[in-house]
Amino acid sequence: MEQRLCPYQYGIKELQETAWKLSRQIIHMTTKAGSGHPSSSLSAIDVLVALYFGGSMCYKPEQPDWSDRDRFVLSKGHAALALYAVLAEAGYFAPERLMTLREIGSPLEGHPNMRVLPGVEASTGSLGQGLSIGLGHALAARNNGRLYHVYVMIGDGESDEGQVWEAAMAAAKYRLGNLTAILDYNKFQQTGPVGEVMPSLNPLVDKWEAFGWDVNEINGHRFEEIQETLYAINKIKDRPQIIIAHTLKGRGLSPFQKDDVNRKHGIPLTAEEAEVALAELDEMKYDELFSAAQFTPELTPEDVHGEL
Amino acid sequence: MDIGKRIGPEYGPPTRNAFGEALKEMGEENPNLVVVDGDVGNSTRTYHFRDAYPDRFFNVGIAESNMIGVASGLWAAGKDVLAASFACFLLCNAYDQIRMSIAFPRANVKLVGSHSGISIGEDGPSQMGIEDIALASSLPNFTVLVPADAPSARMATRAMFVHEGPVYMRTGRPKVPVVYTGRVPFKIGKANRLREGGDLTLIACGLMVAAALEAAEMLSMEGIKARVLDMHTIKPLDAESIERAARETGAIVTAEEHLLQGGLGAGVAQVVVERQPVPMALVGIRDRYAESGTSQELLEKYGLMPANIVQAAHRALGQ
Repeated sequence: MEQRLCPYQYGIKELQETAWKLSRQIIHMTTKAGSGHPSSSLSAIDVLVALYFGGSMCYKPEQPDWSDRDRFVLSKGHAALALYAVLAEAGYFAPERLMTLREIGSPLEGHPNMRVLPGVEASTGSLGQGLSIGLGHALAARNNGRLYHVYVMIGDGESDEGQVWEAAMAAAKYRLGNLTAILDYNKFQQTGPVGEVMPSLNPLVDKWEAFGWDVNEINGHRFEEIQETLYAINKIKDRPQIIIAHTLKGRGLSPFQKDDVNRKHGIPLTAEEAEVALAELDEMKYDELFSAAQFTPELTPEDVHGEL
Repeated sequence: MDIGKRIGPEYGPPTRNAFGEALKEMGEENPNLVVVDGDVGNSTRTYHFRDAYPDRFFNVGIAESNMIGVASGLWAAGKDVLAASFACFLLCNAYDQIRMSIAFPRANVKLVGSHSGISIGEDGPSQMGIEDIALASSLPNFTVLVPADAPSARMATRAMFVHEGPVYMRTGRPKVPVVYTGRVPFKIGKANRLREGGDLTLIACGLMVAAALEAAEMLSMEGIKARVLDMHTIKPLDAESIERAARETGAIVTAEEHLLQGGLGAGVAQVVVERQPVPMALVGIRDRYAESGTSQELLEKYGLMPANIVQAAHRALGQ
């Protein structure tokens, strides 16, 4: 078997700098395109940077179909911008192409298309399907005697989809230690807070444990914690693992926090708002970000409906 | 091929059986082949494969959506993949997954839906796949196969694995008459001419091919000579054979065990309208769900008998 190469082994400082750079790109590319989901991409960017540049994932940008590569499936396909920024930075394609986002003829479509952009492992955008695809990759790895690991990022709103739980159940049946789900727990979906739209998504930890998964709950913006967890789960061989990453929609940047559901989820910033966001990004203290995202309390069914 | 031979009462095995046995053979020939099941392998007949190659058989439970996603992932990781369930549960329950995880990325995954049509009988309309051809045909990149009998189902199973790209194949539950008693030609996208005739053409798929041959025999007693085509590939349709039939015989009757919306007849009509307009009559299920009953009772009640094809032939001929 070929030597498995992890092309990047960044330390914490480099990871933070890369996340800063790619966050800027996400804001620039969506504001230029005039559409897209920057807030859902920014909540996920730190975990993605850790995966691709922190030494967890082995891959060859110059040979995207290398059969022993680790796989990353972005099930919440609307966070495509985060994936595109990471793939460009990793060397799958020239970063200049990022600015062609959503233009006709560009491989950077609104949602990831595996047939047109190298490094995209699955065509996604219809929610709920990525974990099943990751499960297929993981079964194939075992069947072929390959050592690669499969990571799938799902959303909290996406977890309303029944297929997520079908896949969760089946992955536990096959005791797939080579499969990791990452929940980008940014607590906001298309029309409102997750705690209001689907308060009974909680308790999440109990649910995943009951489905037979190894459950890890972390701050999804704190690289030390992300790295430690990615390292720890690699030792678990007998069951799939989930990382519930508490994150902030829009990575805490104020233009995304306006009292406007569309601003929080589905539309990009105006040029003026983008200036504000970029300035905040420059001054952002990671400590402040950590404390804001630290196990953000969420609405329970009781909060929404009163005592049940 | 025994062109023009009267179909006797000789019933052969169901198409699902022939598929299941062929699949097992292919598993032996191709160690890279894996099968995903939605806990109905004993019904779809993929259990022959499971019994022979348990390590390459994944029963993900009664969860068609997940089954399709898993099939797509296995394909993306380099496997040759087949997923099977009942036609209705496969296409109707997991349609978006088939669209998004199979059709759109052009996944080289083969889907087989058993228990198609109303001829499944007593289990009733909830189990009958009568929309599957329309649904599968609607998806870009998909090829859709409907074999007529056990020998052609066996050939179709082989042909779909040679074909690169998504394929949906329909199989049935009941025993069906053997149409192909000799050589079994099966080229995807190429209809088989089973009987020659110049007065009109009967175009059928699935178990309606045997009914069309019987109808042709009945018509011949009236002095009407019918050409019969086995249109085993619904997508891509053999437009050349259809155009030639229209030009040379001047009238067309289609017959299918499927809703008339979006099935064989609608597809043939599209070709005829665009290339060579001639009178047509369509035999199929008319915008309704069926009920429980025996296979034979249902085919009679819902108008899928040779006599219904004969009546349609008279309509097409303006009689």
